[in-house]
Amino acid sequence: MTPRLVLQARGIVKHYGHVTALDGADFELRAGEILGLIGDNGAGKSTLIKALSGALVPDRGEIFVDGARVQFRTPSDARRAGIETLYQELAVAPALSIVENLFMGRELRRPGFLGNALRVLDKRRMLEESTAYMKELGIGIQSMKQAVENLSGGQRQGVAVARSAAFARHVVIMDEPTAALGVKEGNLVLDLIRRVRDRGLSVVLISHNMPHVFEVADRIHVARLGRRVAVLDPKRVTMSDAVAVMTGAMNPEQLPA
Amino acid sequence: MLGTLGPLLALIAACLFFASRSERFLTADNLSIVLQQVMVVGVIAIGQTLVILTAGVDLSCGMVMALGGIVMTKLAVDYQLPAALAIAAGIGATTLFGAINGLLVTRLRLPPFIVTLGTLNIAFAVTQLYSNAQTITDVPAGLTTLGNAFQLGGSSVVYGALVMLALYVVAAFALSQTAAGRHVYAVGNNPEGARLSGIATQRVLLGVYMLAGVCYGLAALLSVARTGVGDPNAGQAENLEAITAVVVGGTSLFGGRGFVLSSLVGALIVGVFRNGLTLMGVSSVYQMLVTGVLVILAVATDQFSRRVAQRGES
Repeated sequence: MTPRLVLQARGIVKHYGHVTALDGADFELRAGEILGLIGDNGAGKSTLIKALSGALVPDRGEIFVDGARVQFRTPSDARRAGIETLYQELAVAPALSIVENLFMGRELRRPGFLGNALRVLDKRRMLEESTAYMKELGIGIQSMKQAVENLSGGQRQGVAVARSAAFARHVVIMDEPTAALGVKEGNLVLDLIRRVRDRGLSVVLISHNMPHVFEVADRIHVARLGRRVAVLDPKRVTMSDAVAVMTGAMNPEQLPA
Repeated sequence: MLGTLGPLLALIAACLFFASRSERFLTADNLSIVLQQVMVVGVIAIGQTLVILTAGVDLSCGMVMALGGIVMTKLAVDYQLPAALAIAAGIGATTLFGAINGLLVTRLRLPPFIVTLGTLNIAFAVTQLYSNAQTITDVPAGLTTLGNAFQLGGSSVVYGALVMLALYVVAAFALSQTAAGRHVYAVGNNPEGARLSGIATQRVLLGVYMLAGVCYGLAALLSVARTGVGDPNAGQAENLEAITAVVVGGTSLFGGRGFVLSSLVGALIVGVFRNGLTLMGVSSVYQMLVTGVLVILAVATDQFSRRVAQRGES
């Protein structure tokens, strides 16, 4: 029996002027898995992710969510389809509080006249929900009202991961969530990613950090020159073979199936 | 925390200083004069705060206000339009300029500094051409009502000052308690992140510039009410004073940080310095000098606190 695909792409093409960023890329994400996405610089990882998350519109190709064809024009379209994306470096507004970052773009309003007519925010409910949720994910933070810029790098990334996971219904795409973090903080985020999967979501993890990818990924999608060249099983393929495939030094057919 | 309290402490310190130098400073009459002098700049500063919170700047604010004043007085005097209609048309004109600024910033993606430097000149030229560079006098009473005063505890308070305070309350409420207000901060703090969070950043920016235009229109009304004329050369001092008020209040020019009420404090600081130095008999050239030092001090504080914050994060 083939596993259910929550997110799928076929033959995605994207040109930037004369540069071909994606040259017929395919993509398959199964329900409840962590899919590692690796590739050298310029392999088209970011462009693929942007196409899947609605941040850009591909020139050609098809995208399916739960088997149904979709066309994303904006990030909001993808979000409505249950796909959340956590972008590298861009995820949080440093001067705003943790609560505000968690609810950015989908703030809760007070019930009744205050909320409907005056559009007053329900700060208390947002605070309560944030606190409960961060606790559930095991992110220990004293005050949810402090500005994100006062947090450590790992905590900050924790907020970003938590935010994308909180609102995703199907898929969370994470672009380099462990970049620029120390060993301990990196592990904290990896744990968090596992917990997100265990909540039933599918996760796409883009990373240059091979040990991190091999530690948490269930399968690994290898991108090269704008295409998908292989999907590897991290339990059966070594890290050095994966890198060899990624850089073109090894033909994927030489790998153990 | 120092960033928000600092300006307030500076205001109190300035008041204490001038009170010790001039007996007249702390009298009710003088304080009501300060409020009256501050109300026009104060209302412009509300719009300016919105723009600066988005990491922009509006150099055209004073000139657009002057245009609004000319439009409303000319329509009321030359065309005998009812006051309410004339006022609405004046505010409409300033809002239109705000929309032009906003569209150029969002659609053509031009830097706000350059866009508003352009519209500063355009608004000034249009004002001069439309008014033939003539001051419009005999303005009907309907346009100057807000310049009237009522008695409060032995001193007279201008209605316009109340309008200003009410506008600050509304702006502070909207910025802190509504999603739209928080989106202004998000767009200024991290525009790309805000966009990716599903915030319609272009619409927020356009809205901010248009609301700023509305503020300049209301400021025009207060200016007409205060002076009793439509002055094509109005707004020239207010143009930079409004930016000064916002910056001295502690709102960051880099966007996303600050409070609209601090701009009121900033406007009061500038007003108190101006008034206090006048009472001390210091010539207006020195007042400009002091204002200049204040601005640089405020921006330096902003830069310094940002650098400290950044050092903390790495």
